[in-house]
Amino acid sequence: MILFGLAVLLAALSGVPGLLLRKRGGEVAAGMLSLAAVFGLASSVWTLYGGAVWTQGLPFTPLGSPGLLRFDPIAAFFLIPVLLLAACGSVYGVAYFGDTHEGARRVRLLYGLTTAFLALLVAAAHAVTFMLAWEGMAITAFLLVITEDREPETQRAGWIYLIATHTGTLCLFGAFSLMASTLGSFAFTGFSSGFASTGRGSLTFVLFLVGFGIKAGIFPFHFWLPPAHAAAPSHVSSIMSGVFLKMGILGLIRLLSWIPDPPLWWGGLLVVLGAISGILGVAFALGQHDLKRLLAYHSIENIGIILLGLGIGTLGKSIGSVSVQVLGYAGGLLHVLNHGLFKGLLFLNAGSVIRGMGTRNLEQMGGLSNSMPVTAGTFLIGAWAICGLPPLNGFVSEWLIYLAAFQGLALSRLPWTVIALSALAIIGALALACFAKAYGTVFLGQPRSAEASKVQESPRAMRGPMVLLAGLCIALGLAPVLLIPALDRLVSSASGVQALPSLAGFAHLGLLSAMAALLLGLACLCWRWARPASARKDVPTWDCGYLAASPRMQYSASSFADGLVSGLRFVLWPQFHFRRIAAFFPTARRFHSHVPDPVLDRVGAPGLDLVARGFTLLRVLQSGQLPLYLLYILITLLTLLIWMVA
Amino acid sequence: MSESLLFRIIHIALHLLTALLLGPLIPGLINKVKALVAGRCGPPVLQLYYDLAKLARKQAVFSQTTTWIFLAGPVATVAAGLVAALLVPFGHSPAPIHFQGDVILFAYLFGLARFLTVLSALDTGSSFEGMGAAREVTFSALAEPALFLGFAALAKSSGSLSLSAMLASPGFAISRATGPFILVLAGWMIVYLAENARIPVDDPNTHLELTMIHEVMVLDHSGRPLALVLYGASLKLLVLAALILGPLLPRTDNPWLDWAAYFLALGLFAVVVGVIESITARFRMNQVPQFLMASVLATAFAFLLLLV
Repeated sequence: MILFGLAVLLAALSGVPGLLLRKRGGEVAAGMLSLAAVFGLASSVWTLYGGAVWTQGLPFTPLGSPGLLRFDPIAAFFLIPVLLLAACGSVYGVAYFGDTHEGARRVRLLYGLTTAFLALLVAAAHAVTFMLAWEGMAITAFLLVITEDREPETQRAGWIYLIATHTGTLCLFGAFSLMASTLGSFAFTGFSSGFASTGRGSLTFVLFLVGFGIKAGIFPFHFWLPPAHAAAPSHVSSIMSGVFLKMGILGLIRLLSWIPDPPLWWGGLLVVLGAISGILGVAFALGQHDLKRLLAYHSIENIGIILLGLGIGTLGKSIGSVSVQVLGYAGGLLHVLNHGLFKGLLFLNAGSVIRGMGTRNLEQMGGLSNSMPVTAGTFLIGAWAICGLPPLNGFVSEWLIYLAAFQGLALSRLPWTVIALSALAIIGALALACFAKAYGTVFLGQPRSAEASKVQESPRAMRGPMVLLAGLCIALGLAPVLLIPALDRLVSSASGVQALPSLAGFAHLGLLSAMAALLLGLACLCWRWARPASARKDVPTWDCGYLAASPRMQYSASSFADGLVSGLRFVLWPQFHFRRIAAFFPTARRFHSHVPDPVLDRVGAPGLDLVARGFTLLRVLQSGQLPLYLLYILITLLTLLIWMVA
Repeated sequence: MSESLLFRIIHIALHLLTALLLGPLIPGLINKVKALVAGRCGPPVLQLYYDLAKLARKQAVFSQTTTWIFLAGPVATVAAGLVAALLVPFGHSPAPIHFQGDVILFAYLFGLARFLTVLSALDTGSSFEGMGAAREVTFSALAEPALFLGFAALAKSSGSLSLSAMLASPGFAISRATGPFILVLAGWMIVYLAENARIPVDDPNTHLELTMIHEVMVLDHSGRPLALVLYGASLKLLVLAALILGPLLPRTDNPWLDWAAYFLALGLFAVVVGVIESITARFRMNQVPQFLMASVLATAFAFLLLLV
């Protein structure tokens, strides 16, 4: 408890010295946050790997039994990505946002505060602390998103985010009120069995799902996410995508841990939402030209994968199959950590690229792996992991979810598991396509613009966090066995029971490590054999003799994705802007295509416009003439009089 | 005990030798059949072995645009193919390594090979190779669900998640799952042709015009890296064939007879692929997705039939 308290305090205050110091404020903030991370991670590891001592609340009896804060395995687990990414982001921020940057002090202060709110949120054990931390996180995140507030795009992104997050908060108020009227207290305790099947239980579930779903970016509620992630500074996008979204998942996990007997449709709904978010998230990512928007849509995809795991786990709980439950929850929860690691890493990489290039547009990049070897290498690790390819960490969690789905297949005739299986297969193939596109366009080939040929590698403070996160992706992929005790405790407390059988009984994670070692060994052998002693390296690309006259003739990101985007056009509705060439001697023409967001650009914005236009009709009443207002008052009073007499 | 241990060792050695050495024979057989059907004499069946030996001695040429990724593609193809070869049973004797869930690792190993091959194609900066890479990822997005739905059907009927049990358990024409099996195998046959870049999806014969997907991605490879590419492709032919032949072969009591039957079936399978390539024409590029869609539908129906 002391370590956790120290971590929160250090994080909250990390931006304060920077306000007073003229120089080196970033270094101080990074140091304090790193120290906070060390303390916090120590307490997390302690709790996850055995210590029962820490699952005590901060007692405050008038509010209910467990008190305000409780550091249970769920809190300990979610605290890991929070503090890890916050510390990495603050070190990265030192170089990314130098002392000279006008917003640097504000960003540092808010960055520390938001980390502290996140840490409090994961440990909240009472609706009051939960909502306070939730709102604190939402508002500091809003202020972080609008760092570059001179840009109209950023302002718009900020407002959309603020509206979305408060809509979610409204739903949570409703849900917590329902919970309190059922349980008689706002404290987080379990519901009695049978409650989930009642109408009130269903309403609670739906309200929580919408509230947490908006924060997590589940598909139709994801619309705030791409603009906000794109507009925020990269180390902020890194924790937004890696951590903020996971707070929605944290909420769902807490809810699921309170329900001893979820009805079948809960798990089914989670699986369906996960499949929709996953497939549409990656499909929309394919259509993007903006590096950060692309990564943001991939966050939606990964939230989908997490929901698939949680959904299958919940189905397992409903039908009483322990193996499905353990595998599903373990896969989903492990993916929370994994996604935090590789998506945090990818956003830091994106920031490094954008800082060098001065643009987020993929089509202007190319060939950066020569000038930015560390950024390119770590981006490759991140892309490798996010595609779920062996032997990195993304594969381990997706493997567990697959296992859960296959196990569920054998047990029942329910369609949900096969939906999950097909969705995972499609997501895997499309994610591979999307990251081949991103990595290929940004880092491989030749530079497509003058900026791309002049880019230099980012400073050491930015490379360090990227290397650390990439190393963790590799470590978790090679040795997932180490996580088994932690995952066992976590899954038990996410299921709301004392002890479930160990994951080790259902999944041979050790064999995965062995296979990874075998793969690496064979790859090393092949590499040594194929690596030429003497090779000609001074020739241009052969390409059957079609030498490209200009690097701009390389295959672009849009052309790479064109086959899939046009194949999916009935979902994506890509827009093309061009004028047909009709005359014999055409002048210069432009072609432009983009894939707008279905909810925000096609439904949300036009819908709100319509509502706003409806309200303008009411302006007829507001003419601004005093006699008319007096007349309104008179009419009101007369109506009231008549009503009272009658 | 010692006898069974000895048997295990011989069995594993046979498996390893098959996986390591037999791959390049399959393209040789296919090409021979194609040549004979066309009335030509054709290259020797062992041609690919000669090619590999020749390439191993040749100097490699690297474009100045390329980075280390260019070499990583061929290396990953072979490494992943070899690991996958250890997971798949050849016939009815279980694979050297089998565990619950190895089927997912098997599929994702090919995903890894594809990812790095595509990147090594993009590494050259050539738009022609970029096109091939784009098509590869586009078509695999349809092949992947077909593969997994087939796995789902087999997992449902065998109650196991390990390739060795899934592929070896049924034997042909025994269980009530015969109908679904035919559908799964038909779907996987399409996947096999698409994944290995055979006619009617792709034409492996030439580098230009006809070859639009796989071969085009490796245009710039030469020397030992090209040897790895060719060996990796032949390994994929061998390993994916085991998926189709496993459920098809009847099981005998004698393990040596099983092995003999498997080798015979593998040869016959290469002949069948050669015949298919001889009597069909390559599809126009925009028809390939429909062809692959047929495999998704076939495997999906197979799964539905198993549910009722």
